[in-house]
Amino acid sequence: MVLGKGASSSLSRKMVDGAEDMVSNCNDFTVLVVDDDPVIRKLHDMHLKKFGLSAQVVENGKTAVDLCHFGATFNLILMDKEMPIMDGVEATKELRAMGVNSLIVGVTSRDSQYETQAFMEAGLDFCFEKPLTADKISFILQELNKKN
Amino acid sequence: MERNPMRRQLAIMRQSLFDQGYLDEQFIQLEELQDDANPNFVEEVVTLYYRDSARIILNLEQALERKPFDFNKLDGLMHQFKGSSSSIGAKKVKAECTLFREYCKSGNGEGCTRAFQQLKREYATLKRKLEAYFQLARQAGPAETACCRKE
Repeated sequence: MVLGKGASSSLSRKMVDGAEDMVSNCNDFTVLVVDDDPVIRKLHDMHLKKFGLSAQVVENGKTAVDLCHFGATFNLILMDKEMPIMDGVEATKELRAMGVNSLIVGVTSRDSQYETQAFMEAGLDFCFEKPLTADKISFILQELNKKN
Repeated sequence: MERNPMRRQLAIMRQSLFDQGYLDEQFIQLEELQDDANPNFVEEVVTLYYRDSARIILNLEQALERKPFDFNKLDGLMHQFKGSSSSIGAKKVKAECTLFREYCKSGNGEGCTRAFQQLKREYATLKRKLEAYFQLARQAGPAETACCRKE
């Protein structure tokens, strides 16, 4: 299942410092994987490596928010929904409120449509069921190229 | 077709894990990520799963000892465990997780207890089978052909 709201939502968000340096080359994209499950982190990290991408991985939403607060920028954030300390919904809201305009892709276990919609409304660009597969990553990177 | 008898045995063992419903296509996704640079990726992920999920199993056991059951907490823990189990393609384990969560939603404590016992059995059975599989894979050595990957 893919939920997406397209690129138009990014027009209302201010650019993060350094965003103008992004190039539409897959190998130059910076990625943040936010998930409390070490198996998922390892899996997604390997999937991204196959596309020539090296990801930073963190265990919860608060760490992701703190990273961005202190100046880190990412082209793509893969955000788990259920996490301790700060979940994906809250983290996504905070990142968007900070002006982060990364492509944020939610990754969830099969949830109710209502819960997934709430996650989308927090500011996601897309939401996929976990774990991500090569096809889904390929789709995400195509969207990332379009965005850039 | 593998000429090496041990690799043939490995292929048969692997196929039986799918045919008997222990694994699903997500396991194939793991295999497709394995390559010469990461030759033990599948075993590493499975080892990580069993190491990390032991903690969740313990939390579930402790939560099931407290009466009355906190079904929300139980459901939350199982949601986490199910996600992890899905990521390695643990099909039967995942099915038991789903059943457990249904019992949580209907407030059926006895059902939860039964489902958890069955889940632990499936979890342990899969662990034994995968350990045997990886041990044989190590003995068999690298594949002559990419038998574990989709062509």
